Amino acid sequence: MSDLNNIFKQTIKVINIGIPSFAQDLTQQGIMNVHVDWRPPAGGNRKIQALLEKVNQWQEKVRAARGKK
Amino acid sequence: MLIDINEANARAITAIQAAQPIIKGIGTCGEVVPGMKKNLILHAGPPITWEKMSGPMRGAVIGGLMYEGLAGSQEEAEKLAAGGSIEFSPWHEHDGVGPMAGVATASMPVWIVENKSNGRCTFCTLNEGLGKVLRYGAFSKEVIERLIWIEKVLGPVLKEALTHCREINLKNMITQALQMGDEVHNRNKAATSLLIRELAPAVVKTSFKNEEKEKVLSFIHSNDHFFLNLSMPACKAMLQAAEWIDGSTIVTTMSRNGTEFGIRISGLKDRWFTGPALIVKGLLFPGFNDEDCNPDIGDSAITETCGLGGFSMAAAPAIVKFVGGSVGDAMNFTRKMYEITDAESDSFHIPPLDFRGSPLGINLLKVCEKNILPQINTGIAHRLPGVGQVGAGLVNPPAKCFEDALEAYVETWCKDL
Repeated sequence: MSDLNNIFKQTIKVINIGIPSFAQDLTQQGIMNVHVDWRPPAGGNRKIQALLEKVNQWQEKVRAARGKK
Repeated sequence: MLIDINEANARAITAIQAAQPIIKGIGTCGEVVPGMKKNLILHAGPPITWEKMSGPMRGAVIGGLMYEGLAGSQEEAEKLAAGGSIEFSPWHEHDGVGPMAGVATASMPVWIVENKSNGRCTFCTLNEGLGKVLRYGAFSKEVIERLIWIEKVLGPVLKEALTHCREINLKNMITQALQMGDEVHNRNKAATSLLIRELAPAVVKTSFKNEEKEKVLSFIHSNDHFFLNLSMPACKAMLQAAEWIDGSTIVTTMSRNGTEFGIRISGLKDRWFTGPALIVKGLLFPGFNDEDCNPDIGDSAITETCGLGGFSMAAAPAIVKFVGGSVGDAMNFTRKMYEITDAESDSFHIPPLDFRGSPLGINLLKVCEKNILPQINTGIAHRLPGVGQVGAGLVNPPAKCFEDALEAYVETWCKDL
């Protein structure tokens, strides 16, 4: 807990991942930050994530099979 | 099958990059377009029936039937179109493209564009101008008279003129136009100027009367979108070179019929994946409001599919005055499209991005994984037949097209080895 308190006594530097408005709020308050434009794969759509995983697994098998040749 | 997707996509990209679309000539649709016949109407977008057609598509069909002399009135045309004796087919299934409603009938003159790298041809009608025109669903007397003039004068004059001028390489012309502020979808001002510079001396050499030559040159001069009907078949020719490569996830077609948006994927051959066409958000002409707008329509998204149009908006900052948004938005649209494409064009360079190649080769897997949809800029048609264009703006495809295509891709290719 004491370590956490110390953080706020220093100059805060923030890496914001995902929602841009969080970074914009910090910028407005003069807090140094870097925004990373990140979104969950397939926008969080489980069905699409599962389909993409099938493609990846197939490609891994293809690469393995080609390596054996 | 032991297919490496990256290799398949690289083959598709190489074929697109190698394409060299040139103007081969002008022909009559019924004589040069594969599968064309008198009772067939070609249209934009994926397949559609008369019952499901939107207002502007129906309007263009009505106008097409009246122009062909198959119907004498709107009522006759509607009865004929609904009666079953008239067939409808997508331009894309006949090696061509059509802007907005994209309606073409047998007597219309068409540009013939040849890809010199593979000898295949693509087709598109001649641009009619803006406002009350067939492609926006208008079919009044002035629209039909203009179509007849295009058939009897514009087409024949340009056909003969092309025999008097040097070969026109459309890829080179588009490359130059991008350096001059066009993105060759909704801004074709520079490209049309470059075209008229090539055509004008040749038009003068034709055997037609001076007043006909003057009218042809004035017509092209007055229509900044005249080149659109060449940029589209040029893009079609480039993408056609990437059809159909086993296992490739590169998008080869994006098009809309005013009711549905459809895409096709290189590795899934000629299957259409569709979803509802969305409403275009943009700038409307005075006197119109959002309720007047028809959903997204036209084959012109072939330009975006080829890395131009909305994908190259950074090259055309002035376009935001026509389609809406800011110059910063235009820059960001292009930057974002690099996230869903596999390559950068060897030919089309974007000056404000330090001449970076335009984003080329939309990858189905990247669209789905990153949840970023292709950015399209486009004209807006009135939702009722017979009115015409009401504005221009920005739109995306429905995600459903890409989700369904991904599902089909997995079923088709991702088998146990």
